[in-house]
Amino acid sequence: MSTKKQSLAYIISASSVGTLIEWYDFYIFGSLATVLSTKFFPTDNPTAAFLNTLATFAAGFVVRPFGALVFGRLGDLIGRKYTFMVTLMLMGGATFAIGLIPSYATIGAWAPILVLTLRLLQGLALGGEYGGAATYVAEHAPAERRGFFTSWIQTTATLGLVISLAVIMATRASMSKEAFDDYGWRIPFLVSILMVLVSLLIRKNMEESPMFAKAKAEGNISKNPLKESFGNKLNLKYVLLALFGATMGQGLVWYTGQFYAQTFLLKICNLDDIQTNMILVIGLLLGTPLFVIFGALSDKIGRKGIMMAGMIIAVFSYRPIFDQMYKTVDVTNKTVIPGSEKSILNGNTMTITKEFTDGSSYKNVITEVSTDKTESKISIKINETDQWTLVGYVFLLISFVTMAYGPIAAFLVEMFPTKIRYTSMSLPYHIGNGVFGGLMPAIATFLVSNAQTAGVVQKPYLEGLNYPIALISVCVVIGIIYIKSDKKAAS
Amino acid sequence: MNLIKRILGIVWIGLGSGAGIYLIYFQAVPLWAKGGNDLVPAIIYTFVLAPLISIGMSLFGYYSLQGEFDKI
Repeated sequence: MSTKKQSLAYIISASSVGTLIEWYDFYIFGSLATVLSTKFFPTDNPTAAFLNTLATFAAGFVVRPFGALVFGRLGDLIGRKYTFMVTLMLMGGATFAIGLIPSYATIGAWAPILVLTLRLLQGLALGGEYGGAATYVAEHAPAERRGFFTSWIQTTATLGLVISLAVIMATRASMSKEAFDDYGWRIPFLVSILMVLVSLLIRKNMEESPMFAKAKAEGNISKNPLKESFGNKLNLKYVLLALFGATMGQGLVWYTGQFYAQTFLLKICNLDDIQTNMILVIGLLLGTPLFVIFGALSDKIGRKGIMMAGMIIAVFSYRPIFDQMYKTVDVTNKTVIPGSEKSILNGNTMTITKEFTDGSSYKNVITEVSTDKTESKISIKINETDQWTLVGYVFLLISFVTMAYGPIAAFLVEMFPTKIRYTSMSLPYHIGNGVFGGLMPAIATFLVSNAQTAGVVQKPYLEGLNYPIALISVCVVIGIIYIKSDKKAAS
Repeated sequence: MNLIKRILGIVWIGLGSGAGIYLIYFQAVPLWAKGGNDLVPAIIYTFVLAPLISIGMSLFGYYSLQGEFDKI
């Protein structure tokens, strides 16, 4: 291997590890949302419950475009390397601090306020990190292989989720449920600081991007990246095109395939949480290599075709795939083993269990919260064959994600000039992914819940898909008509 | 193709404006009235999605109508 290749491999590894850790930090909050809500957001306090919903479903995503503006501007002014070192420290510090916050029982209202503030900082940091890493790698990579090299950065978001789920599962497995609920949930947050320190050490020795260094040496860097990016019609039209013709659809394909699939299985199908996470982890791991394959392919046949194909296939297959996922878990038409149905009353809790001839089992824990209110928690376990069937569906969803997401970093980098690249590509990316994509699972769950209450449609569990299908369709039309065909990757 | 882009400009302006009105009047307003945890989606519809889609799409449509995307 030549020196140049070794150096590029080091650059990609160092950039990717840092980005992966940022995704890990961002995701553990979502994965531990249930535990966090009991520690920091008591349900008997309406304000705390409101802050919980805000922190869990919206704040971290909505703030990402602001992080893109703040850190994108810095990256175009002082350089890519230093900026994404700052975002890494900010993310690591915020994540570590969440692990240290005393509970609501100890410090009262300060607990939810601190958690929400730190979640906002996490979102800001993530808003700055991705654009920096993608730009940095792309500016080192040869133009004809940019799709391949930046696709490694694209794998980090998926691997970050896998690692976050793995760390949580390992921590849970290493202690009792009581210990995990008491203090164990803090470990995945605290562990983050070690990962961040290692990543900082690796990144410390990296050099500034050659394109940015050259532009700086020639005095060709922007004095006001925000004004040049968004105050100038010539560039703003490209920002809008990148958003509505690419990142909006790509963000929705990503969050529908990777996150809504999890929410759908857990909350709408009521699949057991351990089985859900296992299915997701296996599906994600099987699908991850496709990011690199489609990234490399985009160097040969162009970025636009692959991204648009991924979105079009997603639009037409979402309803059949999610319908089949629902039917695979649904026990309505399964045969109950005679005598297996049991009801146990314990205080104010009634537990109903059933077993089915195909190996599935059903558990419903009904708790009487007050004289006129009960809460029901259904958990269904499916047999191994059905589990692998669901892995197959998740893999299909992830493969659409890899088509839309694999080439996007190279695509965005090639759309904007060096001097305003960090700012210009970060904003459409984080609006598309953070706002349109990030809010998707919450909006879709809300739409399903409304449809179930209204009871006017035949399959209310599919209603949540209307949101991504509508917006991805608009994105495909704009992308196909307005984005220049790039059969040969741009230089 | 340029003619199609320009005609579609009107569609995007209409779609952006329509989506903004739909999100605020038919989605957000009933949620504001309910209050409680429904305020979170109400805030998202009113202050995030509606302005983003209506202003962004309309501006995109306006540029398209003006022929800004003709040479892309």
